Amino acid sequence: MGKTLAEKIWDDHIVRSAEGEPDLLYIDLHLIHEVTSPQAFDGLRLAGRPVRRADLTIATEDHNTPTLDILKPIADPVSRLQIDTLRSNAKEFGIRLHSLGDADQGVVHVVGPQLGITQPGMTIVCGDSHTSTHGAFGAIAFGIGTSEVEHVLATQTLPSRRPKTMAINVEGTLKAGVSAKDIILAIIAQIGTGGGQGYIIEYRGSAIRALSMEGRMTVCNMSIEAGARAGLIAPDQKTFEYIKGKPHAPEDFEGAQSYWQSLFTDADAKFDLEITLNADELEPFVTWGTNPGQGLPLNASVPNPAEIKDAEERGAAERALQYMGLVAGTPLKKIAIDTVFLGSCTNGRIEDLRAAASVLEGKKIATTLRMLVVPGSERVRQQAMQEGLDKVFIDAGAEWRNAGCSMCLGMNPDQLAVGERSASTSNRNFEGRQGKGGRTHLVSPLVAAATAIRGTLSSPADL
Amino acid sequence: MEKFIKHTGTGVPLRRSNVDTDQIIPAVYLKRVTRSGFEDGLFSAWRSDPEFVLNKAEYKSGTVLVAGPEFGTGSSREHAVWALQNYGFKVVISSRFADIFRNNSLKGGLLTVIVAQAVVDALWDAIESEPTTSITVDLEARTVAYNAVTVSFELDDYTRWRLMEGLDDIGLTMKHTDSIDAFEAKRPVYKPKTLPIRI
Repeated sequence: MGKTLAEKIWDDHIVRSAEGEPDLLYIDLHLIHEVTSPQAFDGLRLAGRPVRRADLTIATEDHNTPTLDILKPIADPVSRLQIDTLRSNAKEFGIRLHSLGDADQGVVHVVGPQLGITQPGMTIVCGDSHTSTHGAFGAIAFGIGTSEVEHVLATQTLPSRRPKTMAINVEGTLKAGVSAKDIILAIIAQIGTGGGQGYIIEYRGSAIRALSMEGRMTVCNMSIEAGARAGLIAPDQKTFEYIKGKPHAPEDFEGAQSYWQSLFTDADAKFDLEITLNADELEPFVTWGTNPGQGLPLNASVPNPAEIKDAEERGAAERALQYMGLVAGTPLKKIAIDTVFLGSCTNGRIEDLRAAASVLEGKKIATTLRMLVVPGSERVRQQAMQEGLDKVFIDAGAEWRNAGCSMCLGMNPDQLAVGERSASTSNRNFEGRQGKGGRTHLVSPLVAAATAIRGTLSSPADL
Repeated sequence: MEKFIKHTGTGVPLRRSNVDTDQIIPAVYLKRVTRSGFEDGLFSAWRSDPEFVLNKAEYKSGTVLVAGPEFGTGSSREHAVWALQNYGFKVVISSRFADIFRNNSLKGGLLTVIVAQAVVDALWDAIESEPTTSITVDLEARTVAYNAVTVSFELDDYTRWRLMEGLDDIGLTMKHTDSIDAFEAKRPVYKPKTLPIRI
């Protein structure tokens, strides 16, 4: 029997396997940032262990960094200590670091692909759950905890249980105004936040093939919100073109490409689970609750918990509506927004900025809200400025910021106030995620831009 | 890592599903560079509510957290495991855990026990009707026992052995350095390297 793409990559990276034990998996690339690494480096120091492969490791500053006045010392002393700790650890262990101000500083999952260092057939890990983003290139990429970060630093391997495989087939053609973000939000609403637990998801089908690399990254990025540690897409000509010419594209490009072309699921391979979604029917999607599975098409209304049969889900919906300050039956498009956030590893790439700018061009954002535009990396910011996108945002009344994770997780000063409501292109609508008491609606860049103009949740078609 | 063989303590009923790691410990607490001191941040948003279960006197000394399904979803932050451990929890029982959280917990010696939701429901009822109910989690026998009830749970032999011996994964892997060397010798040359830097 043939193998799925995930099985091929997995098997190519087994250093050692033994009955009853997890496979020892070789890791091709280890991405590091300031939040989940300090305790790992401490562990190495305590045990007197070096970093085994500094040449397969790269670090950037993203989670904790300010998006204003980036060249001044960071105001918050605790944040500053964490950044300084990364800098001294990188120096001590000989790890490449892209610091604030550097063109390749930015959200770790934007930086890897833009350097061309994310390539098909690789195993990629990072102490960050959205590492699944890199799966868009046909790689097995997943988030790990700090103990595992230390393990990879010390051994360049990770003991891991072979996951099950799931295929999600998205067939058909997206309507205008519907994007990759809507595909993944619809998938999560369908299979739930635990639906992907224990699986690697392979996204397949004509609608996935039609997506750009940026769109594919958006889909793979939120695999974790569906419970899957990793999601991937078989590489194709678009993947190869994207990598070609990037700084770390292989010198022997032909040699690499001939291997990459073998990376697909065999016709006779079998997935443990297959799901199909019709792209023709998809609408712009938005979340109404406090987990990413609580989402609906934008044309729908806030659901009535009383109509939910499952007691657990009903209770969760009741709590979510209370936290979100929403009344059942309210049309989602009537919900007024205070802050629009455009950015993050989900939607902070150049294509996302272009999409939002195309809606905002020549228009003004509503006077009732603020809009933050945070490019995923400094390189994305520079490219956007070359294309004049910064002017579009600034002329519309939005704030044009420096790169980082920013309001996606509210670890830096970019936070929602208590009760403040956002339309956010990020990935998590958890209670307090964007600031204590803040309320988050997850949306696509197109919906974010239209919402900014109208002041209530909207799609470009409403303009 | 501390060995885990058997633990007896009282329970804390957390009747919520989808308890994500941002709830367990919000991002603002992740700026520390140590592994300790995260107990203050544990469920910090919910702890401002006096009715929250951790604020109730009868559950103050609980060491076994009994939670709803999809516990630990979201961010990969191991700080969530540390916060639970720093606070004093030894075991978390749920019907479903998110993959990364589960992995982190078993690496760090916080035992996460998966049982059917009906078992969780019964445990919640038992704890709420008598908060001093003694719960024993026996890793050797792979059982959870309280009152006259004993329920088995599954955990693979390898992980169980590692937890019972308190073994560090890195030390175990380092015994196979020869295999890693051999694997590296055969890696294709076109695999990318981060050094030297190319811009």
